[in-house]
Amino acid sequence: MNKHLPLWEVFLRSRRGLEHKHVGSLHAADPEQAMQYARDVYTRRMEGCSIWVVLANDIHASQEAEGEAFFDPAEDKVYRHASFYDVPDDLKL
Amino acid sequence: MEISSLEESRREAIFQARVDAEEKIEPKDWMPEAYRKNLIRQISQHGHSEVVGQLPEGNWITRAPTLRRKAVLLAKVQDEAGHGLYLYSATETLGIAREELMEQLLTGKAKYASIFNYPTLSWADVGAIGWLVDGAAIVNQISLCRTSYGPYARAMVRICKEESFHMRQGYEIMTVLARGSQEQKAMAQDALNRWWWPTLMMFGPHDADSAHSGSSMKWKIKRQSNDELRQKFVDQSVAQAQHLNLKIPDEKLKWNDERGHYDFGEIDWDEFTAVLGGAGPCNHERLEARRIAHEQGDWVRDAMFAHAEKQRQRDVRKTA
Repeated sequence: MNKHLPLWEVFLRSRRGLEHKHVGSLHAADPEQAMQYARDVYTRRMEGCSIWVVLANDIHASQEAEGEAFFDPAEDKVYRHASFYDVPDDLKL
Repeated sequence: MEISSLEESRREAIFQARVDAEEKIEPKDWMPEAYRKNLIRQISQHGHSEVVGQLPEGNWITRAPTLRRKAVLLAKVQDEAGHGLYLYSATETLGIAREELMEQLLTGKAKYASIFNYPTLSWADVGAIGWLVDGAAIVNQISLCRTSYGPYARAMVRICKEESFHMRQGYEIMTVLARGSQEQKAMAQDALNRWWWPTLMMFGPHDADSAHSGSSMKWKIKRQSNDELRQKFVDQSVAQAQHLNLKIPDEKLKWNDERGHYDFGEIDWDEFTAVLGGAGPCNHERLEARRIAHEQGDWVRDAMFAHAEKQRQRDVRKTA
């Protein structure tokens, strides 16, 4: 058999109130199986209370080669940070 | 031609600067072909070691002396499968398919840790593997948490968290045996005698003879040399053996005040080469077990595809 099982990316919410975070990937034939594998592989010690599995092919990623053009515009806009502004030390601002 | 090689060296300089600055390399970054190949070799062989490593211990699941030991051993062996998966996933981010990795293992093209080619003859061996083999693996893997390739480093962090349970359950088995009857104590000593030297071999050849060490250190794939890690393991193991009242089978083992380390005897490198080359006691048995497991899993994979396809068809019909 030469068919390859599709790749899924796994995201876990470690406890209520926190966001889901990428923890790894696995191969599975369908969403149901991906979910079971994710439970077995990534939550053997109560690492999560909620799982997302996403087909890796459905993820659109920014490209490393375009990184500069893509992210640099934010670099010279320091005024977007609170620390850019001078305020009196004795006031709580 | 000249421009492209200029471009190549410019990229290589950026890559090396990133590595030198302790920044991680991520899957989509440009990397030298040799770095990629080196990583595929190292991470996949690490993964294969986890997977094959299930076999010697799996041998004792049905014969564990108590229900508690059985539950623990099952959980440990399941962890090893999980570690294999983390590592295979990390390898795949370098652009090689899982099926190809399997193929390399089953055809013998890819190696796995030579330690797993030794047999588990008694229950004490399960203790010795946890204490020594997993103990040695932790020394190596803690160092690898700082490796330069992001997915490998992340897999190592996850694995290290789980591995200390493996070592402790092994040491606990040894403790019970070492404090037990004469026969039990003899069993523990016998296991230590057989596993000590193969465990020291796990760290690989001496630095001077290690084929991949130079570039691995420069690229920060490896962070500490084979000999450094081996020394660390010996140093930590002496007190652990003393506590068990067991004797490490090395007449040359002796504290060296000047070095601040234990001196120890020379490894039988002929044995190391022979076992790595396929002549160990269980090489054939291990690979055969993997091959059979893979073949017998064929129909399961077929069924998974068929089921997924049927579900898809059903969804299409529902929405139509």
